[in-house]
Amino acid sequence: MARITAGVATSHVPAIGAAIDQGMTGTDYWAPLFRGYEFSKQWIAKSKPDVVFLVYNDHATAFGLDLFPTFALGCGEEFKPADEGWGPRPVPIVKGHPDLAWHITQSVIQDDFDLTVINEMDVDHGLTVPLSLMFGQPEAWPCRIIPFAVNVVVYPPPSGQRCYNLGKAIRRAIESFDEDLNVHIWGTGGMSHQLQGPRAGLINKEWDNAFLDQIVANPRGLAAKPHLEYVREAGSEGIELVMWLIMRGALDDEVVQRHRFYHVPASNTAVGHLILENSSQVEEI
Amino acid sequence: MAPDKPYSDIPGTTIFDAQQARLGYHLNQFCMSLMNAADRARFAADERAYLDEWPMTEEQKQAVLDRDYNRMISHGGNIYFLAKIFLSDGQTFEQAAASMTGLKREEYRQMMLSGGRSPEGNLHKGES
Repeated sequence: MARITAGVATSHVPAIGAAIDQGMTGTDYWAPLFRGYEFSKQWIAKSKPDVVFLVYNDHATAFGLDLFPTFALGCGEEFKPADEGWGPRPVPIVKGHPDLAWHITQSVIQDDFDLTVINEMDVDHGLTVPLSLMFGQPEAWPCRIIPFAVNVVVYPPPSGQRCYNLGKAIRRAIESFDEDLNVHIWGTGGMSHQLQGPRAGLINKEWDNAFLDQIVANPRGLAAKPHLEYVREAGSEGIELVMWLIMRGALDDEVVQRHRFYHVPASNTAVGHLILENSSQVEEI
Repeated sequence: MAPDKPYSDIPGTTIFDAQQARLGYHLNQFCMSLMNAADRARFAADERAYLDEWPMTEEQKQAVLDRDYNRMISHGGNIYFLAKIFLSDGQTFEQAAASMTGLKREEYRQMMLSGGRSPEGNLHKGES
């Protein structure tokens, strides 16, 4: 059967993608950030996921105001990197896993979470930057990727509690798939950032670090945090952090933290990163 | 009944809610069109003529022509849509954000390198 072995959380700032694409990862500005992902690249080379279930948000790229789903699952064969206004990123095409994606769709909808199915869409930096951070610059991504898009652009996004519960439904779905697959679930976006208005540039290190503590040790408590606190304390775009709760909901209550990293700034944003392994899947602790 | 807006006391912040999304519908949809290279070229060639193809208000069009992002947001723009304008201009999120704060680009960059804008005095209106 398929099993979820690990969760990864990471910010997905577009400037990080630009720094990678333009060969600037060694500059004084960027080197401290990329050092925080060196462990992660080694870890994932050993962990070798067959499939990554990648929770991210579309930034008005595939979805405009004409139609924007709250939760949308990519069931297509492949997804191309999007042109967000300056041409597509020079990264590989994302290959999906339609069998597993359709299985999850069927299971999760029957578990009372109404998803939108997407067969064709381009994927923006929200999805491709985490892949670049974890896998570097390969000719092809080394695994299948199922994109899962969450609306956090138009208010209101889904609540933290809804996201956490959905993570549990996704886990039930994946674990009932009749093929031996090593699956990772990633939650992306955040941490504190505000990209608009006179308050742009807000960073709340104390709040972010408490969030990092709590998502590992007390996710049930964290799930009850209201939207208002995210936008007030972590900035209008800090609300992206609710997506991490989908990842966390899909893991065991007890997890082993393999890596934690926090860095300010990447452009306007505080970068947070966690690698968590399911206690039930860890052979030697 | 008007919807509750508990976020309205956050200073310097516009939450992109139903009211803003309706106000800015055509402005934001215009922005989406700039993800296409041919349309970007048409916009660059004659911005005014391109904007006139969209049922936007005059205030929205003028704010775009002026690249005044705070004004675009007050007329219903959302930053992820508006990003298509400044990215087409060859600008970054950092430059666009700086332009909304009243700081010069270097000052803003320095603020971010020093840990960003502090939450102190910036969480509730009237406390700073």
